[in-house]
Amino acid sequence: MLFGLFILLACQLAGEIIARGMGLPIPGPVIGIVLLLALLAIQGWRQGAASAETGPVAKSADGLLANLGLVFIPAGVGISQNYQLVFDNGLALVAALVVSTVLTLIVTVAVFRFVSRLLPAKETQP
Amino acid sequence: MTNPNFDLWVYLAASPLLWLTLTIGTFLAAQWVAKRSGYHPVVNPVLITIVVVVLVLRLTGTTYDTYFDGAQFIHFILGPATVALAVPLYRSRQLVKAKALPILASLAIGAPFAMLSATGIAILLGAAPAIVLALVPKSVTAGIAVGIAGQIGGEPALTAVLVIATGILGAVIVTPLMNALKIKDYAARGFAAGLTSHGIGTARAFQVNSVAGTFAGLAMALNGLATAFLAPLIFGFFS
Repeated sequence: MLFGLFILLACQLAGEIIARGMGLPIPGPVIGIVLLLALLAIQGWRQGAASAETGPVAKSADGLLANLGLVFIPAGVGISQNYQLVFDNGLALVAALVVSTVLTLIVTVAVFRFVSRLLPAKETQP
Repeated sequence: MTNPNFDLWVYLAASPLLWLTLTIGTFLAAQWVAKRSGYHPVVNPVLITIVVVVLVLRLTGTTYDTYFDGAQFIHFILGPATVALAVPLYRSRQLVKAKALPILASLAIGAPFAMLSATGIAILLGAAPAIVLALVPKSVTAGIAVGIAGQIGGEPALTAVLVIATGILGAVIVTPLMNALKIKDYAARGFAAGLTSHGIGTARAFQVNSVAGTFAGLAMALNGLATAFLAPLIFGFFS
């Protein structure tokens, strides 16, 4: 457990160092995802995919992801400082969220279906 | 005339212990309520917890800064929890290989579309710049979204709430919308749900169909990466 957590933190730390050191406008943890993905690929290649998928890092990751909801509550409670901003822009916010959500669902599913149909039909569903 | 109860409150209100316990306890209770509702997307444990904690802070006259001094221990876990997304991504690698082209195409169009459609509508309706920038990562899982908002000059707290609202909206809309469009391809439906409404959409997709759920989780992780790379390119000049 501790080793898994250490690897997750080390990837985040390396990500922060790369992002800030190179002046990249990308959150450090996102670079951390790419680094951990590379580590897992190397582990899977050397010790077999099963060891990368169920090892200590995977166990720690599963534990954190199972409680993902909890970790954005402190940030979300910060909304208590933004009442006025939300109230003043209520209509624009609701319209942007609803219309964008519906359109993004339609556009994404349409592109996925369209490109799937262009491919050779080796695993088409009935 | 010192009041021992008041002294105790002054002590507890300033210590991390009270706010950590309140946050975790409320979240556990909210999860129980969500389970009792059959995990209906509207009964979102994160939303319930935020509302309850905000009410408690209001009623006790506690400032957000005092609360955050305690809750920052939970907030800190956002980073490693975001890195942890690499694990489900690694587990999906066969799926990515099998459906590489549709996945890449819908990601390349869906990720910028989610950002540009929301900000475009907000700008047309005259929203303040802080609102527009907070909307940019609204389709992305909260850990990454809060980081992106900070990078491009949006308000992270507002982004956290907009992310949750988008998740709930997508989870409620996706099934009736896809049925109305007569789309039966559960890989495509799931991918759209995860790209549009991240973890909350993914949870919903798993309830409908396991293939849809797997593709939704994959879309959530990929859209987090894609948006983190694209958002500063498209909106970076604002900050």
